[in-house]
Amino acid sequence: MSEADQGFEPHIVAFICNWCTYAGADLAGTSRMQYQPNVRVIRIPCTGRMDPLFVLKAFERGADGVLISGCHPGDCHYGEGNYHARRKFAIFRKLLEFVGIDLARIQFSWISAAEGGKWVSVIEDFTNRVRALGPYRAYQEISL
Amino acid sequence: MNDERTLKIREIAKELLSKGEIAVFIGYGKGTCNGKARPIFVRTPEEADELIFDSTCSNNLVTYLKFPAVRDEGVVGIVVKGCDAKALVGLIRESQLMREQVRIVAVTCEGVVADDGQLQLRCQYCDVANPTFYDFLVGSPVEDQKPRDFSGLLEKYETMSVEERWEFWQSQFEKCIRCYACRQACPLCYCTRCIVEKNQPQWIETSSHLRGNFAWNIIRAFHLAGRCAGCGACEDACPVDIPLMLLNYKLEKEIWDYFHYRVDLDPESVPPFTTFKTDDRGEFIL
Ligand code: SF4
Ligand code: SF4
Ligand code: FES
Repeated sequence: MSEADQGFEPHIVAFICNWCTYAGADLAGTSRMQYQPNVRVIRIPCTGRMDPLFVLKAFERGADGVLISGCHPGDCHYGEGNYHARRKFAIFRKLLEFVGIDLARIQFSWISAAEGGKWVSVIEDFTNRVRALGPYRAYQEISL
Repeated sequence: MNDERTLKIREIAKELLSKGEIAVFIGYGKGTCNGKARPIFVRTPEEADELIFDSTCSNNLVTYLKFPAVRDEGVVGIVVKGCDAKALVGLIRESQLMREQVRIVAVTCEGVVADDGQLQLRCQYCDVANPTFYDFLVGSPVEDQKPRDFSGLLEKYETMSVEERWEFWQSQFEKCIRCYACRQACPLCYCTRCIVEKNQPQWIETSSHLRGNFAWNIIRAFHLAGRCAGCGACEDACPVDIPLMLLNYKLEKEIWDYFHYRVDLDPESVPPFTTFKTDDRGEFIL
């Protein structure tokens, strides 16, 4: 990170499913757990709703990191949305890596409604990681 | 030009047309540019004498089958090489075409050449030189089925740093003029309304600018993931020579690694994104 980026605070966009991770994040809140405020949550019905374009759009609009999180395998409210999401993203991230996207800026997780603590630790770790990487200049430059 | 396949194709086309079994026959005819064959539509037995087959028959004619105007003519006779046949089977697999709508004349193929006379890249990885999906098979069996192993080709890019890969692909995507020739030429890009044309909201910017160019090229490739026949039509059509096949091959390789699926000539095979396994790999998930 350059000197100019000292004090940089990353923008993290989190696409989280309504039924598990959103409830988990809610639990973290109602339990008064503390975590860094860098995350902007976008609620989606299910990780199966995640279109790969959401990730690109988030970067286009200035995200430094993107998190996708939903129900654990077997727990998807719609039965199989997260299984499809896992397949899609296994391959999509490989394509992104191939065209030069830094995969450290994208995180996928399963966080249940009971895992307020996991939400906090995932956000903490991811925020710290992206802060250390600095602003996503490469993508921002093509987005001018 | 006096390829034995030429005579056989003419014979089959004539017979199908004179018996009224087909309304139109799509094949190759003599071109006017670099001695390269071009697609022709034949509607009478007499016209069938214009048909040829040789190593310059590089176009994938299956692309025409995605247009309702062509299918509406009636049953279509069509010449396919193995790679083209994969695309045709793809249309059937995805319920875009019924088997009865086509009479398939498959040719065995030792490879076709690009404009510069060199063997097409895709022919170096061809595993369908002897097609197995057809009504008529033309040509003698070709010996070698080649392994679909792109690791040698991809390695150069995979071993670059993230920054180098980004630079390389930006220098490629920067050239894109957003003509969508890649999409038009692709037999499997058949949506009547492409995501790139949606503007409420606009997901992919349409001006020829790095931001939209990046999104467009990534999404075009990804929408073909697990479906791409590897026919090379997109890359051949690209007026600014973006190496689109590198993206297609990368996806094919990863899909093989993850799901052990490869596009084949079986209309019943199950494409990877229409299914899942509860124990699919998810090593990237926390
Ligand atoms: S993406 Fe390219 S290689 Fe794949 S089927 Fe379409 S035109 Fe052929
Ligand atoms: S054919 Fe080439 S220039 Fe035209 S839209 Fe496709 S990638 Fe861009
Ligand atoms: S509802 Fe949570 S992942 Fe499907």
